Amino acid sequence: MEKRVTFHERWLPYLLVAPQMIITLVFFFWPSGQAIYQSVLIEDAFGGNSKFVFLDNFIHLFNDDSYFASVRLTVVFSFLVATIGLAVSLLLAVMADRVIRGATAYKAFLVWPYAVAPAVAGVLWGFLFNPSVGIVAWMLQGIGIEFNYVTNGNQALTLVVIAAVWNQISYNFLFFLAGLQSIPKSLIEAAAIDGAGPGRRFWDIIFPLLSPTGFFLLVINIIYSFFGTFGVVDALTKGGPGQATNILVYKVYNDGFRGQDLGGSSAQSVILMIVVIALTFVQFRFIERRVHY
Amino acid sequence: MVENRPFLTVLSHLVVLLGVAIIAFPVWMTFVASTHSQQTMLQSPIPLLPGPYLFENYKQVLTEGYGRVGSTAVTMTLTNSLIMALGVALGKIAISIISAFAIVYFRFPGRMYIFWAIFVTLMLPVEVRIVPTYGVVANLGMLDSYGGLIIPLIASATATFLFRQFFLSVPDELTEAARVDGASPMRFFWDILLPMSRTSIAAMFVIQFIYGWNQYLWPLLITTKESYYTVVMTVSRQANVVDSVPAWNLLMAMAMLAMLPPVLVVVFMQRQFVRGLVETEK
Repeated sequence: MEKRVTFHERWLPYLLVAPQMIITLVFFFWPSGQAIYQSVLIEDAFGGNSKFVFLDNFIHLFNDDSYFASVRLTVVFSFLVATIGLAVSLLLAVMADRVIRGATAYKAFLVWPYAVAPAVAGVLWGFLFNPSVGIVAWMLQGIGIEFNYVTNGNQALTLVVIAAVWNQISYNFLFFLAGLQSIPKSLIEAAAIDGAGPGRRFWDIIFPLLSPTGFFLLVINIIYSFFGTFGVVDALTKGGPGQATNILVYKVYNDGFRGQDLGGSSAQSVILMIVVIALTFVQFRFIERRVHY
Repeated sequence: MVENRPFLTVLSHLVVLLGVAIIAFPVWMTFVASTHSQQTMLQSPIPLLPGPYLFENYKQVLTEGYGRVGSTAVTMTLTNSLIMALGVALGKIAISIISAFAIVYFRFPGRMYIFWAIFVTLMLPVEVRIVPTYGVVANLGMLDSYGGLIIPLIASATATFLFRQFFLSVPDELTEAARVDGASPMRFFWDILLPMSRTSIAAMFVIQFIYGWNQYLWPLLITTKESYYTVVMTVSRQANVVDSVPAWNLLMAMAMLAMLPPVLVVVFMQRQFVRGLVETEK
């Protein structure tokens, strides 16, 4: 879309985009270029010399079992975060949409977790499940479950998933609720007159009409679980115990800043960049389609 | 309501109420923990109802900070968070609105390249390119400064697109009228476009304020002096002090203070918040 009426100035537009462009170039293109450049170098531990090794860092990465463990873990993790998050928020949105009285109040009670920082969310859930004082850990012990996320890898992953889902629920809820409210009431009424019960109406009418929203949210949730969950992981488990919660975005940080493996970390950055670009592309293709029909 | 099914209505209420209760539970426990003494918080099970130490705990973290030695008073970290959140939000809005103005209202060579250059930044969150971005900021000598905390985060494709979208919906007649009256482009921007963008700006502000306040990895990396620590990073840092049992009552008081400002912004500016969320995804 373009404007029909525009101004004619020679230098003013450049002046106006200059701040944005300078920041983008300095803090975005330059570092991204550096990441690509460093991904083909090996730097010695003292940071002095670096040697061009072409794709060695990538080959090394692809032969590294711990990298593939992290890839598998990230896939499982984002699958869990996305499906559980979407299912729970869809249930809440459908129920909140049904009730006329109190719907706005419920909305107010469900939107605020979005405002809690992921790192703080991690601390909150860590407190609830803390092996020595956590109230939920204590309850679980009462029914015979020993919950210790500090030593048990699967339990650590469970807890990170719970905290990540909690943090993202309000976002999903708001979009589902908006989607539900945009479905014409006449469709639902027509189906009801034809004798379709609430369950039938949900699966045959509401669910298909919500699928664009659902697909959009799926992509957003995958992106979120890939990159937005850094704070949750860092506050709760720091990637541990062992490698149990060392998802890709955390591994980039761990290898680069703790392990001082700049080449390996940059190679991982480059791979992650490709993943995000692919995901963003999928998202935009989809949005274009949604606009057209 | 299509038909009256009392049972389903009751069920809906119950499900939503249960959801609200579960979602609020961690915050309730955090609040409870922040109102007890340190001794109470050391033995399981911990109480489920608030205790009498509310003022003492909050007063201590606000004035002295967490722990006895070498800690930062939370008033200071809160101030830093506020500076960072306001800086990021206002900075993003300022540079995005003028670049959107340039892209929509002018035809100039290279316009599409600039548009795409901004568009690409949408794709790469700072977490992905963290090591080299740190390197750049270190080279520029911006570690341990408010500039380093704020400036690298204010390039924003989402805000630019939001304003572009809005400008495209502004009727051309207004521009024509302004031109006929001899108004310069900047005059048109200040007197007509900017006042019309008020709601978009408010929506953007809410979203970006939360984004800035909740930054974690970035301040963690580039601040080494305590005088630049933000509140979110100190909460997580203190929770993870190796080999020591956290003073849960103080830690949780700190966590409450870290959550309060963005949560209040969302609750009191709910309409702008929802608008901002929905519109940035268009």
